[in-house]
Amino acid sequence: MKSNILIVGVGGQGTLLASRILGALAEGEGSDCKLSEVHGMSQRGGSVVTHVKIAPEVTSPIVGLGDADIILAFEELEALRYTDFLKKGGTVVVNTQQILPMPVITGARKYPENIIGELKARAGKVIAVDAAAVAEEIGNLKTVNVVMIGALARSLGVPFEAIDAALKATVKPKLYEVNRVALERGYAYEEEK
Amino acid sequence: MRKLMLGNEAVARGAYEAGVRVVSAYPGTPSTEVSECIAGYDEVYAEWAPNEKVALEVAVGASIAGARCMACMKHVGVNVAADPMFTAAYTGVNGGLVILAADDPGMHSSQNEQDTRFYARSAHLPLLEPADSQEAKDFTKMAFELSEKYDTPVIVRTTTRLAHSQSFVETADREDVPLRDYVKDVTKYTMMPSSAIGRHIVVEAREKRLAADVDGFDIVREEMRDDSLGVVCSGVVYQYVREALPEASVLKLGIVYPVALGKVREFAGKVKRLVVVEELEPFIEDTLKAEGIACEGKNIFSLQGEFSTAIIKEKLLGVKVETEKKDLPVRPPVMCAGCPHRGVFYILNKLKLTVSADIGCYTLGAQPPLAAVDTVVCMGASVGIAHGFEKARGREQSQKTVAVIGDSTFIHSGITGLINAVYNKSNITLIILDNSTTGMTGHQQHPATGLTLKQEPAKILDIVALCKTVGCDSVRVTDSYDLADLEKIIREETARDGVSVIVAKRPCALLDRNYPPACTVEDCRRCGMCFRLGCPAIEKQADGSAKINPALCVGCGLCAKVCRFGAIKEGRK
Repeated sequence: MKSNILIVGVGGQGTLLASRILGALAEGEGSDCKLSEVHGMSQRGGSVVTHVKIAPEVTSPIVGLGDADIILAFEELEALRYTDFLKKGGTVVVNTQQILPMPVITGARKYPENIIGELKARAGKVIAVDAAAVAEEIGNLKTVNVVMIGALARSLGVPFEAIDAALKATVKPKLYEVNRVALERGYAYEEEK
Repeated sequence: MRKLMLGNEAVARGAYEAGVRVVSAYPGTPSTEVSECIAGYDEVYAEWAPNEKVALEVAVGASIAGARCMACMKHVGVNVAADPMFTAAYTGVNGGLVILAADDPGMHSSQNEQDTRFYARSAHLPLLEPADSQEAKDFTKMAFELSEKYDTPVIVRTTTRLAHSQSFVETADREDVPLRDYVKDVTKYTMMPSSAIGRHIVVEAREKRLAADVDGFDIVREEMRDDSLGVVCSGVVYQYVREALPEASVLKLGIVYPVALGKVREFAGKVKRLVVVEELEPFIEDTLKAEGIACEGKNIFSLQGEFSTAIIKEKLLGVKVETEKKDLPVRPPVMCAGCPHRGVFYILNKLKLTVSADIGCYTLGAQPPLAAVDTVVCMGASVGIAHGFEKARGREQSQKTVAVIGDSTFIHSGITGLINAVYNKSNITLIILDNSTTGMTGHQQHPATGLTLKQEPAKILDIVALCKTVGCDSVRVTDSYDLADLEKIIREETARDGVSVIVAKRPCALLDRNYPPACTVEDCRRCGMCFRLGCPAIEKQADGSAKINPALCVGCGLCAKVCRFGAIKEGRK
């Protein structure tokens, strides 16, 4: 597999775990892989970006502007914020959740409208996933990230068994079962037409 | 075994494989995970020290005692540890001593963008800089060998991008490195003028020997390709250079101090144009120019921020990636829902006080809508700055000034400022935000939490008793969630003469996640008071009313307390 993936979201949404599952996927495949993460202050509810590069040989650990095959967005506004990183014709897999940033909460700014439409105007393909709803059905809101990884894996054409093995290698054993359900649901997710 | 590892994890692995016995550190992004990973190895003693100076002193002691040892810190921590570091350069080592220093170009989580490489030159210490996780492991191992071979502490310098990127690492077994004998040697280990004069000569001789030897180091690697452009670089920048300029010849300096000048001269002679690509200061460039080696560098590249493949392509190839100008609402980091710091800053804002704050999550109290902070400089500075404000502007000023500091930061270096304030007849009020952890760096233990880095039970520093003991005139404790009491106490203590300490206690909301149910809003009168809390769970609707996001709310009830109309109800258990 060869792919540059930019994972974007809001600090606390679990982008780190998502990138580590992809790292385990590359490890399982025997591909080279580099991940670049955000720790520290920016994690506190801020806009976060994690870079995932999988290829036979990877040099720079960061995905450049115009260089992402896929943007995996855990939040709508963050998806739109990083579209400059997307390759021409690239795919955006986006969680349709909206988390209001502080300037919107205080009323200084408005949350942008029709983000999915804006994404469609900029991407080759947009896969919109209501991961929060799926996670709520599963009964664990923390599984949004794994639902999204499931949707991403299918869009990449990764066999379920491979992404499942990567999940198992990454999460703590006691959290595997609930996350496996999330992964299945994300993998099987059908967009509302 | 081949494994994906964080740069920091790889440094820890390298130290482990090199037989390190003692590691001491203070948490600081982006260095923190080195110590956390080391703590997982049973063969290694590892600890959190109250600050970086102590951490390095512990390492110096362990080294003289004959053990391989390491002290870890972020770049600004090197300032704190600089005192023992400069003199440890004189004493040299017994067991290998490695200082891990993590710089933060781009200031992902720091208050400045200083460049550790200058410390290496200034203290005459060799400095290695790895470019990926494999090198992070290998160079750390090598640093221990160099330390013992040249009888000097060695700095391993990382940057945020290296520290927090993962790449594959081949691991090996731990080397069996026996404890060296300790032999008393006053001329080497007791630095007073008579012995230090002799050691300074040793330092210079060692540096000359090392400068001559580095040309032979295999971590200084020449990669000849096209000769029209030759790039000198090191660290993670090497990766960007390779991706941006696959045809360019590269001299990759694995050791950045001393610079392998012979290798550079040779390389310069083979290429038509020589460019130094380095983040932050022109450290390598200035070194080359001082030696008469013509090169370009900061005439092209910025002294600020992180580099990338795109920046190098733009600056050297003139290829610019088109970006779209979008006017989107920013999403700065914010205090978490339920953060115990929020109420304190809400009151400080309400009382319109001048606030000298400190380094930690509570620095976020500077952001709107709380916007309650006037100054932030460095770890522990809040106390001294408040004292300085009073000495400059008098008692009238200190009645409307407070210093604010976290528990871990207070122990790190706030306590000395407090002793100074007491001793020098200050009238400041210090609020210690005691959330029972080192929050911003990801919940590390400290001397007042009751656990060590290895999660073993420890004695608990009594912060209240400590403040009383140093002579504070008033020490009071309150609950960070009790807004009415907080306001009352802050008013009383700022009015009181003498040094006052208010300990606002409440564990970080991310520690024990056994939250009460979310708050709810009914019949909102749209007064907007709750928005002043800057809580990410309280959202302003189009009609100006408040809505509480149940997925984010942790039921702290602060908003119910500020709502004048009783429209917000705490969730029922």
